Amino acid sequence: MTSTHTATVALVGNPNVGKTTLFNALAGMRQRVGNYPGVTVDIKKGKLRHKDQTFEVIDLPGTYSLSPRSPDEMLAVEVILGRRNDEPRPDVVVALADAANLERNLYLLTQVLELGVPVVLALNMVDVARNQGLTIDPERLAKNLGVPVVPMQANKGVGIEPLKEAIARVLSNPQPSFGPTFPEAFEKEVGELAEAVGASTPRYLVRRALLDVGGHMEQLFSRGSDDGLGERLRGARQRLAQAGCTVPGVEARTRYGWIHQVTKDCVRKPALRHVPYTERIDRVLTHRVWGTLFFLALMFLVFQSIFSWAGPLMDVIRGGFGFLGDSITKVMTPGPLRSLLVDGVIGGVGGVLVFLPQILILFAFIAVLEDCGYMARAAFLMDRLMARCGLNGKAFIPLLSSVACAVPGIMAARVIENRRDRLATILVAPLMSCSARLPVYLLLIGAFLSPARGFSWWVPGVTLFGMYAIGLVVAPLVALLLKRSLLRGETPVFVLEMPLYKVPSLRQVAQRSLESGWMFMRRAGTLILASMIVVWALLYFPATNPATGKSFDLEIAALEEALTSPREEKEQLEKELDEMKEESKDDPRIAELEKKLNEVNAALEPMEKKRRDLEQQWKGQSALGRFGKALEPAVRPLGWDWRIGMAALASFPAREVMVGTLGIIFSQGKGDAGDEGFREGLGDTLRAVAWDDDPQRPLFSVPVALSVMVFFALCCQCVSTLAVIKRETQSWRWPIFTFVYMTVLAYLGAFVVYQIGSLLV
Amino acid sequence: MPTLDQLKLGDRGCILAIQGEDALVQRLYEMGFLEGEQIEVLGFAPLGDPMEILLRDYRLSLRRSEAARIFVRYPVPTPARRPSEGDA
Repeated sequence: MTSTHTATVALVGNPNVGKTTLFNALAGMRQRVGNYPGVTVDIKKGKLRHKDQTFEVIDLPGTYSLSPRSPDEMLAVEVILGRRNDEPRPDVVVALADAANLERNLYLLTQVLELGVPVVLALNMVDVARNQGLTIDPERLAKNLGVPVVPMQANKGVGIEPLKEAIARVLSNPQPSFGPTFPEAFEKEVGELAEAVGASTPRYLVRRALLDVGGHMEQLFSRGSDDGLGERLRGARQRLAQAGCTVPGVEARTRYGWIHQVTKDCVRKPALRHVPYTERIDRVLTHRVWGTLFFLALMFLVFQSIFSWAGPLMDVIRGGFGFLGDSITKVMTPGPLRSLLVDGVIGGVGGVLVFLPQILILFAFIAVLEDCGYMARAAFLMDRLMARCGLNGKAFIPLLSSVACAVPGIMAARVIENRRDRLATILVAPLMSCSARLPVYLLLIGAFLSPARGFSWWVPGVTLFGMYAIGLVVAPLVALLLKRSLLRGETPVFVLEMPLYKVPSLRQVAQRSLESGWMFMRRAGTLILASMIVVWALLYFPATNPATGKSFDLEIAALEEALTSPREEKEQLEKELDEMKEESKDDPRIAELEKKLNEVNAALEPMEKKRRDLEQQWKGQSALGRFGKALEPAVRPLGWDWRIGMAALASFPAREVMVGTLGIIFSQGKGDAGDEGFREGLGDTLRAVAWDDDPQRPLFSVPVALSVMVFFALCCQCVSTLAVIKRETQSWRWPIFTFVYMTVLAYLGAFVVYQIGSLLV
Repeated sequence: MPTLDQLKLGDRGCILAIQGEDALVQRLYEMGFLEGEQIEVLGFAPLGDPMEILLRDYRLSLRRSEAARIFVRYPVPTPARRPSEGDA
């Protein structure tokens, strides 16, 4: 506890009313996220400065009502009531409402008014309301409601200062607020119930127990052993029904009745309702043919642009890391430390960061879709399909978010109220192709299925789309199986608001995109780096050559040094020869040069081979190599050798580690391609590697590349995902279940693809 | 008595009653489905379900199985505050 009390401002509001925009405007860029034990929603916090004062602002989860049915929904109620030890009670609540849809938005306000905290109503989107022909008199509304009302356009920054002033005014002179009065019969039952549960339970929670049939408070009360409270509730509801105050309708009738009274003399609706542009757009976008086509085209556009737009940026990053690695190789003496830096740290993190541009683009797309209102249409279009597999349209948003990353996707599954639906969504979310798989796909598609390899321009896009389609097809099937077996039960509520379309805010989209990029980088920088170093160590040690008793690393370094000048000579000769051949085919000097080149090659080749063999021995006898070799019989049916198996094993910390591991395993194990090693890029390296036992046969082919991609499409090689599942389900059972079922699926999928692919090629 | 799920595209009705006391019904009440409110069917998803409804000047999506819990009076004699397309 601090001695000086900082006033706390809590922000509540319906979904889609611009709450995030307002929060960002109030709290600035320095925001923190609070986690709560036993609860799966986060709360964003920031500091609000107004003149010489500083307030703490907390952003409560967006909701239509404060009628908690789960611990998550309970969080906001408990925070506002000051019943949580980890959060101070807010000194003022800012309720944000959509002016164009005032009645429904005021429903939440009427509940907040009963919580005994001073309230300010922020009336957002007054411009939209005006365009629809609505006229609202804010002063009269404030008088009728008994709370200050601030008209705003949060997206344009209009009304922010007046809101801050209103907050400061309320803080210096707090006024109690009052909501609607419930029918006498109802208040009587609440009073009796309140006496029975004791004074420690606030009135509002007693009401909730009575109103929310099967809700959180009823569960809490009923759990409280054999004091007969559950029985009492049922009795009270029966009496209320007889008195004409049927639960739960009595609450809505009371609140909407009051809202009608409060708004009737200050809100004027037009005689003729303007058909908003939203409806005109929706006639196309939710049309059964055009809407579906648009949806599919949009999804394809997203994937194709990730693939093609990010290219130039990726080249810059790749070049930068290559240069860094080379520079360090030049200035440092060979040994474990240089190897750690160049191969472990720079090679690994660089190989992951290079995909940052794609992640930024993908998240920008998702942010645009959410911000402009299309996400709800996507859920609308997809609901029937999702319902067929026992999920609902709301599961579409978590699953689509999982396309970026399963971690936020699994967290986004909190919007699904029903526990079984939510669990099913969480368990299949890691099947959606996340951005961590993207590096693996892009690497292999680039190396084996690109136009440079003789394929048509559309092959990369279609292959990538295919990888995403695997998740889109398999996830629903698994969900269906789960809903029919482990998670059987009745279908839950699906009521989804279709918000007005709006032009997405560039700032919001940029912020979302950068936040996601930053999250990915932090994962790349910490978790991935740590796993890279572990993998590097498993590959580096034991480093002593049993034949000579010396370090493999130093032996190779010495060889490299000896190889430098013959390699340069060879390169020079080849260049001269090419130039000569271009000028004239019959130059007598050509034969002379060719002879010289052959001599150089003859001297060079045994050294190159020795280097290759050393590399092979080293990695083969390393800790991971031994493990991988032991495992080779298991991965042969997938078309893999022990090195690919090793890389897959090593990617357990996170899928993207696969790329770095392949880099480590193959770049070092590469012998014949000559001088430019790391700089040539991993793709070139992969095409050049051959089987250990048959150097003529390339290790990778299109079926092998597809087999690896399919394995990664289906596996759960991601510690973060498993950790989040553990956190969200509060049990180890589900992450273990997820890992096992996905690994089995991945193995089967890769097996089928490789076997069929080998028959066709 | 007809239920909301039986209405067709463009049909307008008036809510008479909502059946039940579970989470769905409470959510419907909270979203503003009250006895006496006018509703209009704006459309159906490609596979015929869910349906898009206009209620209190906002649009929402509802499954047919959920709409079946809402009893409506249909047709309603006077249009809601909404002109038919020809009037606009």
